[in-house]
Amino acid sequence: MPKPTKGARLGGSPAHERLILANLATQLFQHGRIRTTEAKAKRLRPLAEKLITKAKKGDIHNRRQVLTVVRDKSVVHHLFTEIAPTFAERPGGYTRITKLGPRRGDAAPMAVIELVSEPMNAVRVGRTAPAEAAEAAEQGQTEAPAQESAAQEAPEAAVAESAEAAVPAEGSGETKA
Amino acid sequence: MAVPKRKMSRSNTRHRRSQWKAAAVALVSCPQCRSPRRPHTACETCGTYNRRQVIEPSA
Repeated sequence: MPKPTKGARLGGSPAHERLILANLATQLFQHGRIRTTEAKAKRLRPLAEKLITKAKKGDIHNRRQVLTVVRDKSVVHHLFTEIAPTFAERPGGYTRITKLGPRRGDAAPMAVIELVSEPMNAVRVGRTAPAEAAEAAEQGQTEAPAQESAAQEAPEAAVAESAEAAVPAEGSGETKA
Repeated sequence: MAVPKRKMSRSNTRHRRSQWKAAAVALVSCPQCRSPRRPHTACETCGTYNRRQVIEPSA
């Protein structure tokens, strides 16, 4: 049994849905960022990223496959010659969705979907920083329980000693009485 | 076609309608401009999300 596509169904028929998604992809590659509803943005992201992956391969077969979705040859040319080289080092995650809140009129949740233009270096810094923080946290945790256990042992030992000291004292008191 | 057998009493109507409640919108303060905004959403006042300019500010 075929697995249904994730996300909302768009339009009134499968053909209308394909047309909506193709138009959205064309506009995204033409303008770099588009404002649409969250549901459409979430459906568009996997399609657009697959088209960019094809554009990165760049041969005539992949170009014809992209042309079956994006019908505008000038947009496909722009995608293959200008957009794809900027993603040469990026292993996926070419688009970004930012939520904008409900639209006035029908309160539909809106979003901006855009092609990621930032360089990859910023992301690498972001990855290394949490790793260092996690290591520091692990070290802190290993030290902290050791200190706590030592602190717990010390009072217990003191209590035990005091109890032992108290019992003989009482016993001696009784013998004296 | 199924039709109601009895008139709905005023009490039942009012008990049902007493459960119509509006929920307060969850808000957090924007790290950029300190104005209240919805969580996980770009700020409408300054147009930033995660200190990155996403849209032009409305004001």
